Amino acid sequence: MAMEVTQILLNAQSVDSTVRKHAEETLKQFQEQNLPGFLLSLSGELASEEKPVDSRKLAGLILKNALDAKEQHRKFELVQRWLSLDMAVKAQIKTCLLQTLSSPVTDAHSTASQVIAKVAGIELPQKQWPELIGSLLSNIHQVPAHVKQATLETLGYLCEEVSPDVVDQDQVNKILTAVVQGMNAEEGNNDVRLAATRALYNALGFAQANFNNDMERDFIMRVVCEATQSPEVKIRQAAFECLVSISSTYYEKLAPYIQDIFNITAKAVKEDVEPVALQAIEFWSSICDEEIDILEDYGGDFTADSNVPCYYFIKQALPALVPMLLETLLKQEEDQDQDEGAWNLAMAGGTCLGLVARTVGDEIVPLVMPFIQENISKPDWRQREAATYAFGSILEGPSPDKLTPLVNVALNFMLSALTKDPNSHVKDTTAWTLGRIFEFLHGSTVETPIITPANCQLIITVLLQAMKDAPNVAEKACGALYFLAQGYEDTGASSPLTPFFQEIVQSLLTVTHREDAGESRLRTAAYETLNEVVRCSTDETAPMVLQLAPIIMTELHQTLEGQKLSSDEREKQSELQGLLCGCLQVIIQKLGASEATKFVFMQYADQIMNLFLRVFACRNATVHEEAMLAIGALAYATGPDFAKYMPEFYKYLEMGLQNFEEYQVCAVTVGVVGDVCRALEDKILPYCDGIMTQLLKDLSSNQLHRSVKPPIFSCLGDIALAIGENFEKYMMYAMPMLQSAAELSAHTSGADDEMIEYTNLLRNGILEAYSGIFQGFKNSPKTQLLIPYAPHILQFLDSIYMEKDMDDVVMKTAIGVLGDLADTLGSNAGSLIQQSLSSKEFLNECLSSDDHLIKESAEWAKLAITRAISV
Amino acid sequence: MSSHDIRRPFKRPAISDQQRRRELSLLRQSQNRRDAQLQARRLASTLLSLQSTQHDYNEQQLDIEVTKVPAELESYAEETEDDYGDHKEAHHDLRQATKLRGHEARLWFAKQLMHPEWMIDVPDNLNTDWYVFARPAGKRCFVVSSNGTTISRLRNGILLHRFPSALPNGARTNNSKSAQSYCILDCIFHESDETYYVIDGVCWAGISLYECAAEFRFFWLNSKLAETGACDAPSTYHRYRFSTLPVYNCDKEGLQTAYAGQVPYVKDGLLFYNKHAHYQTGNTPLALVWKDENCSQYVIDTDNKGQVPSQQQVVLELLDDGRLATSDDPPVIFGCLLGAFVQKTELHRGDLIKFAIGEGGLVVVNGKLEKADLQFLGKSNRARAFADSYSKVLFQHAARYSHLRIEHLFASISSCVEDGNSTQDAEMAG
Repeated sequence: MAMEVTQILLNAQSVDSTVRKHAEETLKQFQEQNLPGFLLSLSGELASEEKPVDSRKLAGLILKNALDAKEQHRKFELVQRWLSLDMAVKAQIKTCLLQTLSSPVTDAHSTASQVIAKVAGIELPQKQWPELIGSLLSNIHQVPAHVKQATLETLGYLCEEVSPDVVDQDQVNKILTAVVQGMNAEEGNNDVRLAATRALYNALGFAQANFNNDMERDFIMRVVCEATQSPEVKIRQAAFECLVSISSTYYEKLAPYIQDIFNITAKAVKEDVEPVALQAIEFWSSICDEEIDILEDYGGDFTADSNVPCYYFIKQALPALVPMLLETLLKQEEDQDQDEGAWNLAMAGGTCLGLVARTVGDEIVPLVMPFIQENISKPDWRQREAATYAFGSILEGPSPDKLTPLVNVALNFMLSALTKDPNSHVKDTTAWTLGRIFEFLHGSTVETPIITPANCQLIITVLLQAMKDAPNVAEKACGALYFLAQGYEDTGASSPLTPFFQEIVQSLLTVTHREDAGESRLRTAAYETLNEVVRCSTDETAPMVLQLAPIIMTELHQTLEGQKLSSDEREKQSELQGLLCGCLQVIIQKLGASEATKFVFMQYADQIMNLFLRVFACRNATVHEEAMLAIGALAYATGPDFAKYMPEFYKYLEMGLQNFEEYQVCAVTVGVVGDVCRALEDKILPYCDGIMTQLLKDLSSNQLHRSVKPPIFSCLGDIALAIGENFEKYMMYAMPMLQSAAELSAHTSGADDEMIEYTNLLRNGILEAYSGIFQGFKNSPKTQLLIPYAPHILQFLDSIYMEKDMDDVVMKTAIGVLGDLADTLGSNAGSLIQQSLSSKEFLNECLSSDDHLIKESAEWAKLAITRAISV
Repeated sequence: MSSHDIRRPFKRPAISDQQRRRELSLLRQSQNRRDAQLQARRLASTLLSLQSTQHDYNEQQLDIEVTKVPAELESYAEETEDDYGDHKEAHHDLRQATKLRGHEARLWFAKQLMHPEWMIDVPDNLNTDWYVFARPAGKRCFVVSSNGTTISRLRNGILLHRFPSALPNGARTNNSKSAQSYCILDCIFHESDETYYVIDGVCWAGISLYECAAEFRFFWLNSKLAETGACDAPSTYHRYRFSTLPVYNCDKEGLQTAYAGQVPYVKDGLLFYNKHAHYQTGNTPLALVWKDENCSQYVIDTDNKGQVPSQQQVVLELLDDGRLATSDDPPVIFGCLLGAFVQKTELHRGDLIKFAIGEGGLVVVNGKLEKADLQFLGKSNRARAFADSYSKVLFQHAARYSHLRIEHLFASISSCVEDGNSTQDAEMAG
């Protein structure tokens, strides 16, 4: 048998596909027929020094895949399967794995490391395999360096796999000690030192207590800083990665080390090889991220309830940091703008400069301006590009007061560079910089307008011209036009873009038809800009938006005409369909918002709906999502007449609700169900059995992404409001589900911010469902059906009130539910309401809220309660 | 444990347009959901405040003025109960009204508006007691602003628009307004410039105008509308422009200006309002409409093909005993159908029936209808809420045979102005 496994594993890697397929099939059968035997023979294969390295390696990989999977539900199944295996079998497998760590064959011990970490990820949270860490640590003192290396790697993977709270502090201390010792300069073996440094990266999350201890922290920091000076590139890089991770995890502990770190990073940026220098720049970008977050959260006021104060590291380092970053800007690569995956020193440096500008604001301007003036007109394109990029990078952060005078001077230069500069790289950055100018300094909130009647025409002419340039330049020009249009979003009835509207739309359509529009994301950018131009258009240009509708419809129609396509072409076709559906969605929403245009637009409704239905016949998630979004907008605009599309549309609605894998499609479809409910009101009734079945299935599925569940609850409310007392037949299914979800979401104790945010979304969905149900049953003779649920709902309101962690949205919805309950149940619930906390403290709190929406809902609730308890 | 990717977005917008579309859709959906819920609550809360006062609760936020609105609506329903026999809908309150469908809904909503009678003869003191203004052509509707949204309903109850407006509590931006602060305006929606022309109003920011004279109502609405910015050009939170109308004292100049003056809208006749009259729901002789070919495209009624039929047509309501009545209070009886005919044609009490006026015409003696030559045509269009009013039938009749001309109106004014010095100030500058 053992011999056989070896051969099968080797066959499974054969170049001959028949042999390979046969071997894969045999492995599959073996696994299905006898899982313990299968796993045992794999671990035996991996551990055996007599076996060929290829079969050992594959045995390890199959073992690993038997323990973990990407999809949540599959992963859960595998964990359960492992846990239910016979103890003796598991013990034997684990022994083989630990034994393999001592193998001199790198592929074998390195694969074993990963498998051990996966087993640990399952067993440690269950308090199983308590001896693992101890036995690993005992390896550290083994003489052969490869054993030490394998053990450190295992510790690193283990820290990546398990959460810090399942490992005792005592064991954490031992792991860190072993890792830091392995990193020490005294460690002669570079492989061991690299493994230790990489292990520390993962172990940093475990080191909270150690970083609070000055001596231990000093020691860790010293070792990390020393490792950045190692002669070995990989060790230097790994050490800088540790510094980057420390900068975000332990920002508040960095003050004593920041000067040394600056010196180390400055030297690396100047002298070291690119992968190391990039990490050194990333350290400062990461510090910027931290300080931007802190300053945004607390607005510089740390006396209040801030957890972490801002140490202004960037502000202090500014005079040295900015010149260092400016220098990197001159190290561009020739064709970086055409290469999607490019990431080099100039790009990282410019990105960091932008973050520094956001962190310090005005102070950066005088430090950067001389560099710009010095380089902007130089014959070397690198200097012109670097100067332009520097300018574009500092446009977000400093105040408009500071920037506007500079931009007024620079604008004409930029426009001329975009037209005349011989270098496409310079043009690319110039167009991008113009986009940044319009993004941050143009709009109804800006006091001194950058774009005036005097220069508007020139700007547009230049941008439209640049849209004929190389794809990367044209894409940036589209981006600039996007923000130009966005700035005129709130101009009122008349927009300065009106005279150019036709020309802009025509130029954008021309761009979408360019043969090279597939490069540099150009076609996408052109449609996105077209969408924004339509969104920001005014009544003056409504007739032209109307004319655009049949043009886009024709384009969509053409993509649906059945020519045979290769899979590559089909993918491109799908992408185009997605863009066209997106564009139609924006047009529908725009024209549907005004009675006059809606009326004219409705002549296209049948044709458009027909196109969307044909789009659904194509299998591509993005396209489905886009078509669904567009149909939602159409349903809203069409109102009750949408009923005529339902017989054909329904099956796609159902398909969307069943799409667990592409949860965005499911989420969007749920939203469209709401649109259709409001459009059709009780005419949706014939479809409700099917819709409700799907929604309830979605709610009970653990495969569906959790973010879709709150909107599904809200959607139950939409349905109840639309069909009124006809909701009765769904009550026996919907109510228990709402009830148990309410119980789960009532308390958040110990949850992190993200979980609290999700819980509030869930609460809001549940409460919206209750509101819809109460309102739907109002004045119905069946109101009494709701009475049994009232105590639980009031209790839910009381408990989220006492939890004191609901956001304003939940507060508004919650107090509204109280009103709806009182209004619908009236005196039937009078005494229940009077007993509830919500009707007193919570109501009073809402009545005195500063948020007028909360206050309004509360006033409504008060009136409804007054009546309910007075009868 | 390979190296960790540190690539950051480069020269790219932070958010994709698709994500933006998704978020805008969600925003629209949640706003629509809120609108749907607020709508249900708004109608209920109007009713609640009514009931609360009836039970005499001393809730401080219950504004006495506010509660008059529904009280007035309610009392109207009681008054008219007799005309509709034992119709159940007579007692509908506002909340139940939202559940009404079809014919009942039309009846209910139509009853909330004041309907001017048609001018078949010139009232006394036209030049001292009356206002005149040119009526815009368009859809007559109630505009209600409340709870952050504005809704217009046609006289048959059908929703015309739901939109944000600068009226008090008419958009979600007007914070600090309590839920009770709402407006009910009597408007004509003029299609071509998408403007609501305010011809009257019954409630402003929670203050009832029902029991105020037209003089005060016009003054109040004119100044308040201007203050709120409701007359400004449309913007994000103000979808349709509102406009007041130039209202004149009905003296010689006033009548001349209203009749022949330039207005930014298409005229459909002249409206005359008695200065001292309160807003009265239903037909009233204290507001009058008059038209001729010079100031209206629609003087003589047309059929559904837009043609003027060779014979005048009237719509009358069938009462219990077969009598045929106008919409007036009390109704004017035009004739009677025989029981056998009613049975054969499957007509029911309350049906609106269309007749042509035959060669016998209408015989009016001393202002009273003596005889009408009615020829049965069939049931009227289902969208109709009401039978014709007596004044309308007579005006239409006169328009065909002996029209009350503008010269008659001027003559009437001159005859009562002895000193010839009519005031010419236009009190209401639109």
